[in-house]
Amino acid sequence: MQAETLSGGFADPAIAASYAFRTVMEAMARPGTVREIAGAAPPAPLSPAAGAVLLTLCDTETPVYLAGAANCDAVRAWLAFHTGAPLVGASHCMFALGTWEALAPLSEYSIGSSEYPDRSATLIVECPALDASGAVLTGPGIQTEASLSLPEVAAFRANRRLFPLGLDFLFTSGDRIAALPRSTQVSAPMGAAQVS
Amino acid sequence: MTDQAYNFAYLDEQTKRMIRRAILKGLAIPGYQVPFASREMPMPYGWGTGGVQVSAAVLTPDDRFKVIDQGADDTTNAVSIRSFFQRTAGVATTTATREATVIQTRHRIPEEPLTEGQILVYQVPIPEPLRFLEPRESETRKMHSLEEYGLMHVKLYEDISRHGHIATSYAYPVKVEGRYVMDPSPIPKFDNPKLGDMAAIQLFGAGREQRIYALPPYTRVISLDFEDHPFEPSKADHPCGMCAATDSYLDELIVDDAGGRMFVCSDTDYCEARQAAGHIGKDNGGKGAA
Ligand SMILES: [Zn+2]
Repeated sequence: MQAETLSGGFADPAIAASYAFRTVMEAMARPGTVREIAGAAPPAPLSPAAGAVLLTLCDTETPVYLAGAANCDAVRAWLAFHTGAPLVGASHCMFALGTWEALAPLSEYSIGSSEYPDRSATLIVECPALDASGAVLTGPGIQTEASLSLPEVAAFRANRRLFPLGLDFLFTSGDRIAALPRSTQVSAPMGAAQVS
Repeated sequence: MTDQAYNFAYLDEQTKRMIRRAILKGLAIPGYQVPFASREMPMPYGWGTGGVQVSAAVLTPDDRFKVIDQGADDTTNAVSIRSFFQRTAGVATTTATREATVIQTRHRIPEEPLTEGQILVYQVPIPEPLRFLEPRESETRKMHSLEEYGLMHVKLYEDISRHGHIATSYAYPVKVEGRYVMDPSPIPKFDNPKLGDMAAIQLFGAGREQRIYALPPYTRVISLDFEDHPFEPSKADHPCGMCAATDSYLDELIVDDAGGRMFVCSDTDYCEARQAAGHIGKDNGGKGAA
């Protein structure tokens, strides 16, 4: 087993997970806010933020789908050692991880059922950058409106139309994280062509 | 110092992860009840084990934790939950609403408006607002999925025809973001207007019934009503006898053997802070004192 596999977990798991969860929860409760999330050092190509999310939320009860370049030996071994999460295909996962391009098409993932809309996938989207600009967000958790550098607009508008079913998204980049639950209304940034 | 015989905040990590995942789904689907596998806690169910499990999943060592029971910080229940997390999570505690970062509550929302840095955790006995209309979980789940809330309106309307007004005064049902009907826990309907557009995160935990639900900040929450009978939050017709507040929820106290009564803020922190700021009620030596 490689040293890389054994390292990069939370130094003090219960405490680090408590801080990391609060950051994830604040992000999900306040869509569009960008926060720092620390404590994990996963192997490439995973960002430290994505690593912290996996350590905080995943275990043997959460099937994970690794998309594209994230599905490599180093990441698989690290995830198995630190979380024990079973690896599955897109349609059976509770969490999916990869770049926006690698995670497509979104139609593969579970959006929950009308009686159990919570049984839906959460996608961890690795982004080249993440900041509070771009697409305009409104809805629960947002006092007036927020902005977030989403990879596109149309997919999130389509996801919102499924409410209360739908996917929930965590965006990670370096040590930064933001979120977009299914409840958020997304529109194109001012000046951009409206797409729906 | 935390008690090393326990994991941080008592619950094991796997249980906390499960609760944390349920909280995130609850925040993503405001007002929807997420099932979770409730654990035995070292306290009876009636003591708010659902709220305790949610608090255990959200607390960090940096938090300042407050617990209120019907507005009071000093009941047996509030004191033991506060000391439980002081011991198992090493958190600081406070009775001041303003200073708390996480507030666990039974049956009240603090009078002082909560802020963005705060989380309000409710202890919920019966999370299902449709339960008294339909005992079967499979049926209430179907009713929520189809937005079949007609029966709920019928029940409220029966109140009106019988009493001339909606008699439900606690656990008054609300509709969240125009979608799910939700039980706000047995808070007085006086508190209902505070549920919507709140800056703080609101989390609801029902231990025995194994449900978690949530309201993100600034969520639209409407108390169910009718065009000809709009929702009216109850309002006491007295000022507080201790601090003279006219905007707070009051408890009625019997103060002597002759049946003398006094009305006092149920939120003890609010009342004490007002008295400390020089607001004195008529039963406290203030203007109009007997
Ligand atoms: Zn008072």
